[in-house]
Amino acid sequence: MSLFEIALIGGMALITFGIRYGLFAVGHRVRFNPLVSRALTYVPVAVLTAIIVPAMLMPGDGGMQLSWHNAYLVGGLAAIVIAALSRNLLATIFGSMLLFFLWRWLLA
Amino acid sequence: MPTPLKAFACGARDTLPMLLGALPFGIIFGTLAIASGLSMPATLLMSALVFAGSAQFIAVSLVASGAGLLVILVTTLIVNLRHMLYSASMLPYVRDLPQRWKVPLAFWLTDETFAVVHRHYLDASAPTEHKHWYFLGSCIAMYSNWFACTLIGALLGSSLPGMAGWGLDFAMVATFIGIVVPLLRTRPMLLSAVVAGAVALAAHALPYKLGLMLAALAGVCAGVLAERWGAESGKLTGGVDEPV
Repeated sequence: MSLFEIALIGGMALITFGIRYGLFAVGHRVRFNPLVSRALTYVPVAVLTAIIVPAMLMPGDGGMQLSWHNAYLVGGLAAIVIAALSRNLLATIFGSMLLFFLWRWLLA
Repeated sequence: MPTPLKAFACGARDTLPMLLGALPFGIIFGTLAIASGLSMPATLLMSALVFAGSAQFIAVSLVASGAGLLVILVTTLIVNLRHMLYSASMLPYVRDLPQRWKVPLAFWLTDETFAVVHRHYLDASAPTEHKHWYFLGSCIAMYSNWFACTLIGALLGSSLPGMAGWGLDFAMVATFIGIVVPLLRTRPMLLSAVVAGAVALAAHALPYKLGLMLAALAGVCAGVLAERWGAESGKLTGGVDEPV
């Protein structure tokens, strides 16, 4: 393992454990400021969407690829439709990946 | 009368559906980590010591894109902040336990275990004894499943070195979409996603993946503001129940 990997994993482990254990360690009943707890509920959606959208529209760190030749865009749109209709994680992953690979194979 | 062992087994059993959901996620993580250039020991160690699926996925995609250590660690912090909500919700049930229980239960507190165990603590018909054993059962089930799946994925990834070019990173996009879309049930949530996505695109060229931080922050602010504004104008009560 490289030094980078050790620092990466050590750092991520400490941060994650710190977040999970912090309140358990203090041990008193905690009441979050309502604003803070409302804000925290938006974090997963905001972070994940901020990753999803550029990955679909700008794959491979190129520029914007608003075209049906972009399999990431086509597969991502399919995933959105499947997820909205089925609300099933496995169906979303497998259905959209199937289309993604099929699309790449058809375009190749 | 339930024994600790029975409670443990029940916790593991009730977590079974979650294990199925995590199965492809773990395998894909393993292959993706190897394809991103992480070594085999580092991949396994990350699953063993960090044990946070979304954060691990994002970290390896950041490693692949050449992001620096600090960027990855700050992203980990932001992505995992939600766990603080979980531990706050679990605190009333675990605060009288000794530290030798609190430390491992906190380490293993994931989205899935929280969902299963919190429901069990609220369930008045469940026996009140040994609920921490139930908690532990759920934890061990998730942890061993996650590690085994990572191992399978990492072995697959290293036996098929061409996998990096297969576009497997799309699996991450698909997984995140599958997580996010069902959450978009209120207007503030939807607005939060739209703003985060738009800012992420606009700020994509910024160095150190700053665009990601900026987009996440903008998305959170948009959601909170929309919720407040909606509550004040009386169209939405609390902004959590009204479907779009």
